[in-house]
Amino acid sequence: MNTTQVQTGAAAGGVGRSIWVRRLWPWLVAVVIAMLLPLLVTSNHGLTMISHMGVMIIFALSYNMLLGNTGLLSFGHAVYFGLGGYMAMHMLRYIEATGFGMPLELLPVVGALGGLLFGLIFGAVSTRRAGVVFAMISLGIGEMVTASSLMFTGFFGGEAGLFGNREAPVSLFGIDYGPGRNVYYLVAVWALIAAVIMFLLRQTPLGWMANAVRDNPERAQFVGYSPQMVRFFQFVLAATFAGLAGGLFIVVDEIITDETVGMIQSGLVLLSAYIGGIGFFLGPVVGAVLVVFLESELSSITDAWLLYFGLLFVAVVMFAPQGLFGVAYQQVMSWRAGEWVRSFHARLYATSAMLVFVLALIAVIEKAYHVLRHWNPQEPMPLFFVTIDATSMVPWLVSFAVMAGALAVFFLHARPLLRRALDSGEGA
Amino acid sequence: MSQETALALKGLTKNFGRAEIIRGVDLDIKANERHVIIGPNGAGKSTLFNLISGRLEATSGTIQLFGREIDGLPPHRVNRMGLSRSFQVTNLFQNMTVMQNLRCALLWSKGHKYAFWKLVNSQQEVTERAEELMERLNLTAKQHVPASLLTYAEQRALEIGATIASGAKVLLLDEPTAGMSRTEADDMVELIREITTDCTLVMVEHDLGVVFNLADRISVLVYGEVIASDTPEAVRANAAVQEAYLGTEVH
Repeated sequence: MNTTQVQTGAAAGGVGRSIWVRRLWPWLVAVVIAMLLPLLVTSNHGLTMISHMGVMIIFALSYNMLLGNTGLLSFGHAVYFGLGGYMAMHMLRYIEATGFGMPLELLPVVGALGGLLFGLIFGAVSTRRAGVVFAMISLGIGEMVTASSLMFTGFFGGEAGLFGNREAPVSLFGIDYGPGRNVYYLVAVWALIAAVIMFLLRQTPLGWMANAVRDNPERAQFVGYSPQMVRFFQFVLAATFAGLAGGLFIVVDEIITDETVGMIQSGLVLLSAYIGGIGFFLGPVVGAVLVVFLESELSSITDAWLLYFGLLFVAVVMFAPQGLFGVAYQQVMSWRAGEWVRSFHARLYATSAMLVFVLALIAVIEKAYHVLRHWNPQEPMPLFFVTIDATSMVPWLVSFAVMAGALAVFFLHARPLLRRALDSGEGA
Repeated sequence: MSQETALALKGLTKNFGRAEIIRGVDLDIKANERHVIIGPNGAGKSTLFNLISGRLEATSGTIQLFGREIDGLPPHRVNRMGLSRSFQVTNLFQNMTVMQNLRCALLWSKGHKYAFWKLVNSQQEVTERAEELMERLNLTAKQHVPASLLTYAEQRALEIGATIASGAKVLLLDEPTAGMSRTEADDMVELIREITTDCTLVMVEHDLGVVFNLADRISVLVYGEVIASDTPEAVRANAAVQEAYLGTEVH
């Protein structure tokens, strides 16, 4: 389908071709980044992390089909991720046991079919209403599946979960999926395919009407569409892609536990989509990459990583509801409008003040963790290139003083200055 | 005028709790007729529209569209059977552009339903029809402007456009000229006259100039009952109408 459109675009002459170049270059950039990434990240830990990023990108994009496109806030999207993963894991174990000839490359499709199946079942009951009712039902279904995982230990593998061996199935292309890098490429290819499909889905009649139903379900009815059916179809499609992500996840990890269907996983995908920005296609991609990175890297640097994670989420909800990608997009727009030229110094000043505040806040949190959590709080504590005693008063006073000072500078001087710099441009 | 009946209401009532808003309405509207419903505030005109279009469910009575019962059906089913309505308060997809609003209004009637295997922008028929509509509504220059940023009169025009887009046989317009200046209202009446040459129009209207200018027949709704349903001349001469609606009380 794409090739015919490219051809008609080219036939239309230079104008058509330039439109296609403009539409295609972000995808080409994505392909190049995905292909080159393993050259930078070579450790096993790093390869697992970027594989998880690919999985999370599919999962978060599927979540945004609900939240961003259809306005459905789900607290139980991990149900389809996890159940898809379990379906794929059972298939993997079946292949291992019987030598069934399904290639590993297609194993995620089993996950997608699992997501589709459970999406059909649970979607039928949960999409009758939107808003709070939908959110509550999604929460209930999430709890129900979590409870089931304790009852049906044959399917869910109990507390230990289920193991599989990704080297057991054959490969379509004769690739050895022992090394993490090869698995990463499998994830990357699937993530790109899934992203392209989800991108195109937004431009179909269903995708359009999903936006319509989100914005004004009543008017959608009066142009012939049943909001319930639109939500149902979107829900099933989102569940299918979540299942695909789950199927890829077990290929990467070769183990699945009931945590994958749980509340934490459901919360994580909501955070990823929201932090990145639900109003943009690329928002959840940015969010997924960031969340996996923080989960994987920040947790090895500091015990307080979950707290930082929560603070980041609260900060985004309060100060940047358009998400981090949305903020970046606004900055680019403002750059193009020439606002940066006259406000560059004011921006730099305000950002620096905020940065100083955040660093002082980090110092406070780290010290608090040291004092409250360390077995010996008196032990010298390394902090920003210096070593301090967290039980003495001086470092605390310094941190609080810097925090207060930075806030005062920001609110009393930097922000008014920035506002004036922007206003003067509009006046001129 | 022995034509087919487009819309037939029989013994229609609607109660909200113990308040009787529609109290037994019988009304026959012929195909290709321009039928205007007038009546004082609170007479139940908008409620009547909500009943016909499926937004509300009737307490009792039947509604037939070209002989098929539509009472109790949800709005999207009524719409698919060929009845389309506009709203008194502008009711559009505010974040979408003019073009997108019209395309959304066209998708179902062009048979695209819930398709997720084709792109909206490559549906030539939808695009052409939407462009044609924009031309008619004088909105071509604003095609990429979100509905929320249009002027009031433009929003009203788009509202009409979204209503007629599906090619419905029966149109229900709820006060299309409300809040408009004289010239804007005249433009709107011209537009309505133009688009209703081959379909049935049922319209609620307060502006009596517009009413007598446009209507083939007029029904007068007072306290949930139709007290007269006749040609404009006969309604104008009707004593009961003058008493109840035009305000010349007889002591």
